[in-house]
Amino acid sequence: MIIYDKLNEVVKNTPKSGIRKFFDLANTMEGVVSLGVGEPDFATPWHIRSEAIYAIEKGNTFYTSNLGLLELRTEISKYLNRRFDVLYNPNSEIIVTSGASEGIDLVFRSLLNQGDEVIIITPSYVAYEPLVKLAGGTCVLVEAKVDNEFKLTKQMLLDAISDKTKILFLNYPSNPTGGVMSYEDYVEIVDIIKEKEIFVISDEIYAELTYDGKFCSIASFDEIKDQVILMSGYSKAYAMTGWRIGYLCANETLINAFLMIHQYSSMCASVIGQIAAVEASKNGDNAVIEMCESFHMRRNFIVNNLNRIGLKCFMPKGAFYVFPSIKETGLTSEQFCEQLLQQQKVAVVPGTAFGAAGEGFIRISYAYSIDEIKVALERIEEFLVNIKSV
Amino acid sequence: MHLEKLGENMNELMLLNALELNGRQTVSDLADILNSDEVSVNKTIEKLKQDKIICGFHTIINWDKTCQEKVMAIIEVDATPEKEHGYDNVAKQIVQYPEVATLYLMSGKHEFTVIIKGRTMKEVATFVHEKLAPIHGVKGTITSFVLKPYKIEGVMLEEKTSEFNRLKVAA
Repeated sequence: MIIYDKLNEVVKNTPKSGIRKFFDLANTMEGVVSLGVGEPDFATPWHIRSEAIYAIEKGNTFYTSNLGLLELRTEISKYLNRRFDVLYNPNSEIIVTSGASEGIDLVFRSLLNQGDEVIIITPSYVAYEPLVKLAGGTCVLVEAKVDNEFKLTKQMLLDAISDKTKILFLNYPSNPTGGVMSYEDYVEIVDIIKEKEIFVISDEIYAELTYDGKFCSIASFDEIKDQVILMSGYSKAYAMTGWRIGYLCANETLINAFLMIHQYSSMCASVIGQIAAVEASKNGDNAVIEMCESFHMRRNFIVNNLNRIGLKCFMPKGAFYVFPSIKETGLTSEQFCEQLLQQQKVAVVPGTAFGAAGEGFIRISYAYSIDEIKVALERIEEFLVNIKSV
Repeated sequence: MHLEKLGENMNELMLLNALELNGRQTVSDLADILNSDEVSVNKTIEKLKQDKIICGFHTIINWDKTCQEKVMAIIEVDATPEKEHGYDNVAKQIVQYPEVATLYLMSGKHEFTVIIKGRTMKEVATFVHEKLAPIHGVKGTITSFVLKPYKIEGVMLEEKTSEFNRLKVAA
């Protein structure tokens, strides 16, 4: 029997993640300085870890409600109201998932029928496109432009909408570009979303890492709130990537649909992770502010230095990535990253890992100490000098 | 007054945070971190020094790991306040001694906490009963010697670098 032939056709046709390819290459090398990781370099704050340890010691190791601990949903509701001025009922409008990643899958599988279209702003996080396809949907890719800091404009949206459009997928602050949509930017598109009766999935996992201004959630627009599915989690803001705690907030009918799949496919998110998340929500605001301040400094540091050594990039307003252009080098994104890794042992991610629109760019993470960033920058500079002299 | 002023100027607060994390940060790096320029950073640091907001720069050293013998003691001091001056005159006398590394006026049972640094226990003990205790206004002292430092100024002295390596590349 040829096992491969019997695999699901969509799975067979899903290309290997561009990041995965790079990960395999970087992992075989010694002495690599990496600016390639999309997670904070901080360990989870101690008070959060400590609560989780205590929960284990007490034997709090059972399944939770499928929706997640009510205490956690209540804390999520309070947090979203406190921080971003949006209101969700913890009893019926919030579901806790195993990371925001599970949330993405739940939403697509709950909403999409064969051929339904999902508008995705590219360059975009690696998981969106494959998950749409696995759920039977069709991706309509909209290329965001660096000149406009990778935002979605009214015209771009109008051009992309068709009779088959079911979902507009947003991710601001954006991985990989660091772009952020402001209140004024959203005002431009809210009417269209309402008129066309499409859903908006807003992946707001980087909301806390917004610099130069306050984060605006599209869920704060009352006129379309029932169409918005707010997706977030604890990974980035609280440095809790490995705990796998995310959540979806939406209208009750939608939450019930997500619950239908979640209860059978994963039952509930890890109880220890949920207990840790309760502590994070209750007492973690200061740690978030401190980490955000640290990322803010690193952002300034890396952007100023990248521009100085000749990798042009705008000052991103959120997340912990910069997305500089490498077009002047004459190399493709993949060539640039492979040669940089092989010649200088610096790992960054080719823009094309985030879709064809990422050609000519690379993603650099600044979730590293200033000292680490400095070493990497010195090597990148040497690499650029060598390219020019060839 | 300074705090209000500082609150209005995020750059100064960020500069202080950056310096508190790493006092050896170069001016050129600080300029990048603050999205500013070297001239402005130098000017601001000078101003903060003049205003006694930046009061000095130190290095955190674990002396236990060197051949140099150092002794540190924490002394709780009971004192009598004076009319009009409170505890200020007592404090002014205590801070003059070079053996006194740190002095705080405290709430609670005792008026002052004094941190003394010396070469030997005997030296510290002699200082306490010959110099500190006789100061006018000091009523009594309780001396506790530091046995082993674990964390100084937010830095864990024995912290191992993480055994859990992050991935080199991830989404």
